[in-house]
Amino acid sequence: MLRTIATILWKDLRIELRTRDALSASFVFCVLVLVIFNFTLDLGSEEARRLGSGFLWVAFAFGGILSLNRTFALEKADGCSKSLMLAPVDRGAIYLGKFLANVVFMLVTQVLILPLFVVFFNVPAESAVPLLLLIFLLGSIGFSSVGTLFSAMAANTRMRELMLPLLLLPVSIPVLLAAVETTQYALGVNENASDWFKLLIVYDIVFVVASYLGFEFVMEE
Amino acid sequence: MKGRDYILPALVFVSMLLALYLVGFYAPIEREQGVVQKIFYFHVPSAWVAFLAFFVVFVFSFRYLVSRDKRWDNRAAAAAEVGVMFCTLVIITGPIWAKPVWGIWWTWDARLTLTLVLWLIYVSYVLLRHYVADAEKRATLSAVLGIIGFIDVPLVYFAIRWWRTQHPQPVIAGGGGSGMDPRMATAFWVSLAAFTVLFVYLYRVRAKQHDLEDEIEQAHQLADELPATGKGD
Repeated sequence: MLRTIATILWKDLRIELRTRDALSASFVFCVLVLVIFNFTLDLGSEEARRLGSGFLWVAFAFGGILSLNRTFALEKADGCSKSLMLAPVDRGAIYLGKFLANVVFMLVTQVLILPLFVVFFNVPAESAVPLLLLIFLLGSIGFSSVGTLFSAMAANTRMRELMLPLLLLPVSIPVLLAAVETTQYALGVNENASDWFKLLIVYDIVFVVASYLGFEFVMEE
Repeated sequence: MKGRDYILPALVFVSMLLALYLVGFYAPIEREQGVVQKIFYFHVPSAWVAFLAFFVVFVFSFRYLVSRDKRWDNRAAAAAEVGVMFCTLVIITGPIWAKPVWGIWWTWDARLTLTLVLWLIYVSYVLLRHYVADAEKRATLSAVLGIIGFIDVPLVYFAIRWWRTQHPQPVIAGGGGSGMDPRMATAFWVSLAAFTVLFVYLYRVRAKQHDLEDEIEQAHQLADELPATGKGD
């Protein structure tokens, strides 16, 4: 089981290392979202600090959808998904491998975006970096857990890539809200966020388990 | 239609007439809000029916995944479609009521926001059904979404409640429910019952339609399997 997960994870990471498709797309897209928000809203420095966390997570969510869409679109070529399904391994292990790869992609994008965010929004984030990384990890786990499942579902529809945001964004509202509130806490905008941390963790646990179980049904032929 | 098929529509007709009468003539006009408060008798029952419908989607999605019987999928689909319709009614009647009473069309109040998020989730459910061609695939995928979406509801609820308590909101004058006139309560409960019967009726009609569609589809497949007769295609 663990070896299967590691194999799938490593396969997806290696494809990414060679093509850099998902990462470059989601990184550039995140930068664009942040820049566009700054342009269109023309924020003052105090407003930027207060509202920045929201923009940051909107960028992460949209960028995340771009890379999530590739997870199963990738397997459509050369009948890869058929071979994956024929492989004598647990479907859940395939899900977990793909899910972990997506968490890694999201985290890498977030780590690359953070310095740009600090510069663009003039946020004093230096002392908060460890806490921010923890929030990024928890948020990415929650978003990618359902995201990986829905990406597999979207790959089965006529709309393909267009379907994923329609499915994923409504269900992700709790995790996005919790991520924004905890990020605000880390940046010193909020006083107390212990409830939000709990919500993040509960969301992660609930949806990793639910998506793991649901994946079994989604992938059957 | 057999005789007993008329029982439910007749019940809908009678209970709706009774509810309209009670709301319009029996229940007194609210002192502060005036006539516009009457919308409460349609707004709240619609919300109740929508929530009930989404719970039904969850139950039947689960039953489908366990049994793989297409009829459960048809029932989940029917409940979702009717539920989205009632949820839309809630979102339309809400602002019509809010504008004269609160002075604003919309407030990001916990219940309004929860209803909106539920609407978004189940609209995406209906869309998903629309975009999957294969019937069996559609049933499985939408069952998974029907379950995931419902699991999400408590999390959405807590997220929105905490989000609201942190942001100040406009003071809302005269919240509903407190010290209701007994005649208003009667009108409300009758209206709630009427809407519930209406939901059951619409749901059954829609589920039946889906079942018939499947039967026609099966008949077509059977016809295709028959040896060619030489006439037409």
